[in-house]
Amino acid sequence: MSAQFRQDFAVIANWIPFGAKVLDLGCEDGSLLKFLEGSLEVKGYGIEKDDTHWLNTLKQGLNVIQMDLESGLSGFESQSFDVVVLSQTLQAMHNTEKIVYEMLRVGKEAIVTFPNFGYWRHRIQLIQGQMPVSKTLPYEWYNTPNIHLCTIKDFDEFCVKNKIGVKERLILTHSKPIHLMPNLMGALAMYRLVSK
Amino acid sequence: MSEKNSVGLVKAKLAQFTKPLKLTSGKKLPSYELAYETYGTLNAKKNNAVLVCHALSGNHHVAGRYKKDDKYPGWWDNLIGPGRPLDTDRFFVIGVNNLGGCHGSSGSKSINPKTKKPWGSDFPIVTVEDWVNTQAALIDQLGIESLAAVIGGSLGGMQAIQWTLSYPKRVRHAIVIAAAPNLTAQNVAFNEVARQAIITDPDFYNGDYYRFKKKPKRGLRIARMLGHITYLSDDAMGMKFGRKLKNKNIEYSFDVNFEMESYLHHQGDKFAEEFDANTYLRMTRALDYFDPAKDYQGNLSKAFKKVEAEFLVVSFTSDWRFSPQRSKEIVKALLDNELTVSYAEVTAQHGHDAFLMSDPHYHGILTTYFKKIANQL
Repeated sequence: MSAQFRQDFAVIANWIPFGAKVLDLGCEDGSLLKFLEGSLEVKGYGIEKDDTHWLNTLKQGLNVIQMDLESGLSGFESQSFDVVVLSQTLQAMHNTEKIVYEMLRVGKEAIVTFPNFGYWRHRIQLIQGQMPVSKTLPYEWYNTPNIHLCTIKDFDEFCVKNKIGVKERLILTHSKPIHLMPNLMGALAMYRLVSK
Repeated sequence: MSEKNSVGLVKAKLAQFTKPLKLTSGKKLPSYELAYETYGTLNAKKNNAVLVCHALSGNHHVAGRYKKDDKYPGWWDNLIGPGRPLDTDRFFVIGVNNLGGCHGSSGSKSINPKTKKPWGSDFPIVTVEDWVNTQAALIDQLGIESLAAVIGGSLGGMQAIQWTLSYPKRVRHAIVIAAAPNLTAQNVAFNEVARQAIITDPDFYNGDYYRFKKKPKRGLRIARMLGHITYLSDDAMGMKFGRKLKNKNIEYSFDVNFEMESYLHHQGDKFAEEFDANTYLRMTRALDYFDPAKDYQGNLSKAFKKVEAEFLVVSFTSDWRFSPQRSKEIVKALLDNELTVSYAEVTAQHGHDAFLMSDPHYHGILTTYFKKIANQL
């Protein structure tokens, strides 16, 4: 993902209260945290595994903890953050289920965003016999970090099955909200989650 | 690292303290001296001082050389100098030999003013808390109210932590590298083997060997060899020495056959020559006793309640003596108190010793962090 302002940042910021304590999982170069610090004066911490990303986050003057999300969030107390964010990383995780539970253990709320595999452009590419490549899924099948792709319908079912409350849901395509047939028309899914 | 970024020629100084010092053990020192060095210039606001705390065998000679032809510079020279990560164009850097040391500060080797003889076994056992108190007395003398940062690796990192506990208002940043919130049982065990090697050396004379013009060199040598094994990783040893032989063939003797042995002997001999056994005993004990959580039912988060400083915590993947897991305990306690903290787990092959190396990523981290501190001055 690029360092530039991403379309989901503004929505994420809308879902975070002023001055909140925020944990950004897989913070990359810290762009989101920097944005949230500037606009909402959040007390932010990033988690990043990659050396280069980690150092770039530090260079922004942010708090950044180097660790692998796959091992969970055992270093964090339950309910110690107002919001835990996982922005466009869910689909690249091995322990997808575990990280969502961990987010809701550590955070009072969780924000999860992911590319919708059910987006019509993806479906067409599959019908044409090829793995989808798009703005939200910019990789080829052979170099993609994405191993747990899902559709909006899949994620809704996951939440029902695991008693996860969906406080808000927003589906975007080219930064515009999609209300009609979101699982077909939406490129990016954003969820605001709470424990039920 | 080029010589041109060096602090150049330096001189050690000696500070006298006549106010009696109450030690953690309950004993009192009527007066004491601390050897120290400084690099860079204290600014007008006196807010750019950085204290560098040393580990087990270190001292106040952190950077530069005493004479042009000194074989080695100070022990953390690669970190400190104009344009180096701890930039002496921005910061006033202080290195101090801890109380009980053997490089100029009051210790077993130095003269007890009361008896006019070396302190020997009479020199009290000192703790990390005691060191920090004496370091605070030193910065008082230098006219410094608060430190921009305290930095240290290993036992030095423990002192950096202690600073934030003992003097929360007098330290703005703590850089804690390859450290731990206390020693594991295994670590205490290593220290005890080292101490037993010294104490059972016939030349130890219960710590009063100075009187007999002797030194427990055999014990100190073994202690140092043991230490060196634990500071390196298995991989680093394998890469550096492997099973290489000193001479062409196996010699079927107990003389040095392997390069690994040769290295250990060399390190042990060098150390036994220049270090004091009583200091080694006291430094290892300070390590053993450090445990800020002990007054809080083992709860480090509670122990950190008073901390105000911002933290950078760094560990090294191959460090098994002060493993990343131990650094994460520190980070957790800081996070539990909503303190400002960043944590790096540096991929390194050199084991515990990695904190003294100049790995580009590791030094990049320190450069970045010190720039942040400099921008706050």
